[in-house]
Amino acid sequence: MTAADSTLQSSSVVAPVLSFDHIQMTFPDGTEAVRDVSLNVSRGEFVTIVGPSGCGKSTLLKIASGLLEATGGNVTVDRDRLGYVFQDATLLPWRTVLSNVELLAELHDMPKDERRQLALEAIETVGLSGFVNHYPRSLSGGMKMRASLARTLTLKPPVFLFDEPFGAVDEITREHLNDETQRLFQSEGFAGLFITHSIAEAVFMSTKVMVMSARPGRIVAEFDVPFDYPRKPELRFDPEFAALSGEISRELRGSHQ
Amino acid sequence: MTITQDDQQVSKGDDGSSTNTSAPVLGGKKRRRSGADLARTFLPPVLLGALIVGAWYYVSYGLLTQERRFLLRPPHEILQVGFLDWDHFSEILQALWSSTRVALIGLAISIAIGFFLATIMSQTKIVERAIFPYMVMLQAIPILAIVPLIGFWWGYGTTSRIAVCVIISLFPIIVNTLFGLQSAERGLHDLFTLHHASRLTRLRKLMFPAARPAIFAGLRISAGLSVIGAIVGDYFFGQGAVGIGQLLKRYSSRLEGEELLAAVIMSSALGVVVFLFFGWLQNVAIGKWHETSGADS
Repeated sequence: MTAADSTLQSSSVVAPVLSFDHIQMTFPDGTEAVRDVSLNVSRGEFVTIVGPSGCGKSTLLKIASGLLEATGGNVTVDRDRLGYVFQDATLLPWRTVLSNVELLAELHDMPKDERRQLALEAIETVGLSGFVNHYPRSLSGGMKMRASLARTLTLKPPVFLFDEPFGAVDEITREHLNDETQRLFQSEGFAGLFITHSIAEAVFMSTKVMVMSARPGRIVAEFDVPFDYPRKPELRFDPEFAALSGEISRELRGSHQ
Repeated sequence: MTITQDDQQVSKGDDGSSTNTSAPVLGGKKRRRSGADLARTFLPPVLLGALIVGAWYYVSYGLLTQERRFLLRPPHEILQVGFLDWDHFSEILQALWSSTRVALIGLAISIAIGFFLATIMSQTKIVERAIFPYMVMLQAIPILAIVPLIGFWWGYGTTSRIAVCVIISLFPIIVNTLFGLQSAERGLHDLFTLHHASRLTRLRKLMFPAARPAIFAGLRISAGLSVIGAIVGDYFFGQGAVGIGQLLKRYSSRLEGEELLAAVIMSSALGVVVFLFFGWLQNVAIGKWHETSGADS
């Protein structure tokens, strides 16, 4: 299916651009990774799934993208222009930043001038303009992740899947990247599905946080995040932010037992 | 939109894993070597070389009697007869060139066959399983054991010499190329899968570029082996243009010690040149992005 709405609207009235319908995933070795997960993400929504390690969060994204086939249920999403940000930056080490950012447009057979233009814009958006001719090996972990984000931005995807992309960077860098991701969410107007085990990260960026239980993964709780965008870094010190984080944390602990 | 750039220092990844801190920072000035550095690099081998030459003179004049001195002529006579006498030296150079040509043709054929086999092996597991044991067998046969067979089949001319080069240099190319083609990370493959890349696109834009470091490592080994193959082949097959192997054989049978040593020195020089050339090529091709390249040349 395709997203019917190209304008950014309030989430409640928009048809979902990504929907999981009773997804079931059992691996060939008998491990049940995901049990009966249903959730929708619409344009203007940024949904984050938090859960313990190994609870099947990433499996859910792989199913959404088609890298894995679910053993039960249905996924509805337009896979032609699906944004997918991996745990690693997955940059090609032999390509410069510019050439890496151009890669996806290249795989989608976009004409050279057009993709260069798009790549340069995306690089500027993530703040890497001074590094277009650098090779990945000379970039910091945070910068590699920015390049990876820029690469996905060139496709202007209506749906963005994030598979714990900031797990490997230090805390300060992670907060910067969170700030930028929620700004991008505002400016680009995509629907986001973000996977993490950091509650602070989840609450800071999302419109909605879902808690997944330990294996087999099930959605055990759902929290709406009431803060307005754009969110300021100081939001992290807000009592309301702390209260919501605490609630989610309690839920996560509860599901862990 | 304002972007914070606090985390944008070059080098030393946040995760501390991927960047090589000892590598020169890209875009920066190349480190200039000081005189002391140069001395540290070149003085030890020069000293050892002088020591060896001294020992050589001692053996020639001190240990060997007049009538047995032909076994090891002193260095200056080697220089005079082997290198400075144009008739002798041009003979050696000509033979060397003939062997180099054979080695290069053999290497080129090895590269063509090796790339082709490694590529289809990387695409189909069954083919890999089928071919691999025979490659190992081919590698395990001592070259001297199949030289008579090669002569038997293809005669004693250039074709057989090239065949020796191919047989001796093929294995490292296949193994390294295959290893390289299989070295691209899983995540990168997922990326290509997500965007519906065709088999050919995946080979061209992911697998072959990722394989380059391993391919160059294989090339360096194979180039050296191909030179050896050319000399060994030439030693056994006497028809056609005279190569360095024939020349070595001739000099030793005529007890021409000076020319013999000069020819040996020139053969090893050829090996060194080939090795350096492929090291240089590797640096040009992948030095900018690959961490280990440039460290050993």
